[in-house]
Amino acid sequence: MIRLENLNITLPGFNLSDINLSIGENEFFILMGPTGAGKTVLLEAIAGLVPVKSGKIIIGERDITTLPPEKRGVSIVYQDYALFPHLTVLENITYGLRFHRMEKAQAEKRLNRLLDLVNLSRLQQRLPANLSGGEKQRVALARALMVNPAVLLLDEPLSALDPGFREEVRSALKRLHQSSSSTFLMVTHDFAEALSLAGRAAVMNNGRIEQIGHVTELFEKPSSPFVADFVGMKNLFKASFSGTHAMASGLRVEIGRSVDPSSHYLAIRPEDIVLSREKFSSSMRNNFSGTVVKITNQGFYYEIDVGVEDISFKSLVTKGALIELGLEEASPVYVSFKASAVHIF
Amino acid sequence: MKREPFFWITISCGLVIMAFIILPLIEMMTAPSLAMLKATIKDKDVLRSIWLSIYAAGLASLISFSLGTPLAYLLARSDFRGKRLVEGIIDLPIVIPHPVVGIAILGVAGKNHWIGQLLGELGIRIMGSVTGIVIVLTFVGMPFYLNSAKNGFEAISPRLEKVSRSLGASMFSTFLRITFPLAWRSMLIGIIMCCARAISEFGAVIVIAYHPMVASVMIYERFEAYGLKYSQPVAVCLVSICLALFLILRILTGGKTREA
Repeated sequence: MIRLENLNITLPGFNLSDINLSIGENEFFILMGPTGAGKTVLLEAIAGLVPVKSGKIIIGERDITTLPPEKRGVSIVYQDYALFPHLTVLENITYGLRFHRMEKAQAEKRLNRLLDLVNLSRLQQRLPANLSGGEKQRVALARALMVNPAVLLLDEPLSALDPGFREEVRSALKRLHQSSSSTFLMVTHDFAEALSLAGRAAVMNNGRIEQIGHVTELFEKPSSPFVADFVGMKNLFKASFSGTHAMASGLRVEIGRSVDPSSHYLAIRPEDIVLSREKFSSSMRNNFSGTVVKITNQGFYYEIDVGVEDISFKSLVTKGALIELGLEEASPVYVSFKASAVHIF
Repeated sequence: MKREPFFWITISCGLVIMAFIILPLIEMMTAPSLAMLKATIKDKDVLRSIWLSIYAAGLASLISFSLGTPLAYLLARSDFRGKRLVEGIIDLPIVIPHPVVGIAILGVAGKNHWIGQLLGELGIRIMGSVTGIVIVLTFVGMPFYLNSAKNGFEAISPRLEKVSRSLGASMFSTFLRITFPLAWRSMLIGIIMCCARAISEFGAVIVIAYHPMVASVMIYERFEAYGLKYSQPVAVCLVSICLALFLILRILTGGKTREA
């Protein structure tokens, strides 16, 4: 269990302020945010590698705020693996043992189980230089868990990997979490990664925590424009609200429910916006006619910018849909979305 | 394929530089007859001076190693106000003219300075002593060790040390088990550079101690008193030793490491 209480960290040119966070025993918690949000600094503070200005870090029932890194029972895994290049896989994994009291038989059992879980039994005598990225990261995971830490910190462990290896390490991570009693705290800037590993998560921005909740909750009910944008709600407009509708740049948007009039923004996910050549006739649906402004190839799908009066909606369509609709730049098109797809902040 | 003129410029410049370095050395090495070399090697004074050169330079390297390692590590790992200034100060001995180094040290170690008086009371003589020579050689050699060791430490990702700490190792254990095994090559190269620099020192030594005579001073004395022919054999002996040192250096830097 980790509890952060009013944590403040001041580094040259960077501040973490008022971090409050509580993570349960054996939880898989994810800390998200864009590059530069302070995620790594927060991890290193928990590990004791960055000095804390004020506040408390509590692990289990122990206040570890002032303890040196080696006394915390907190392991860390970095994006770039940080394997000891002069030691073999086996020596890397067992490195921490000499600093921990563990019975030999028990240590051996633990080692074999970990080697099995991360699938490295055959590579024990290799040096890190002769491993693939995925193998390296699996060694780093085994090394960190070998000492049975109360907390395992993971700093973007999948980011440096090729897509193929990413899946392999992700499933190793899941297996390791299920079979260990450690609390996992993982940092990522990739929301899709967070969705796939599930559990609770927090979104950080500019040295502050913006929102804490279950990943699906963050995805469905972002509580601020920043979180909305981070989880992919690309249509975010300033609006004024009255009754069950909103006015955004002169556009009347049905919301189908009355909202707190102190809200300032409405947001719609691009995948919730439907494009059509004919006008949809449905109640509870917002329907606007506009023109295609821009079509951007995003690989598996296309992002279409549609101008409706002063507003530009972003929508995602597949290539098939693009051809079927015969969309080109400047072609007229209808934009529609359900009232329930509108998020309010 | 026709080579561009620039290619030929690089080649010819390279050849000129090679000849410039090697020619005088070869000329000197081959000038003394074998009989003369034999006689020189048997000369007790020559042997004593060469031994003194190596011994004093070795001591200077050892001092640089033990005092310099923590500082080099500090400079590689932390950023602090005035770090640039500290680095500049470390490089000073490289740029100061050598006799000036000797004079400067005498200024502190002489009878008119309280440090000199203190040393005198403790019975430590700087002028004309091995102690004085070692001090001067440490002064001129230290920057070479510091810079090389610092580069070695800088090349190691701080994350390795962070991971080691998080796995339960203290700062000292981490240095011993992670940092040192990865940086020892740079440290050893630094020691050799420092040693080679110290062996070659002349200007600063002659100010502090004409006697006991280090090899470079002896070569100068023989040249002054008897001419080129008598100084050459001693020079050959000294150069052979320096070459051996650099050969070791080259082998070490070129050698394959376990992690490579």
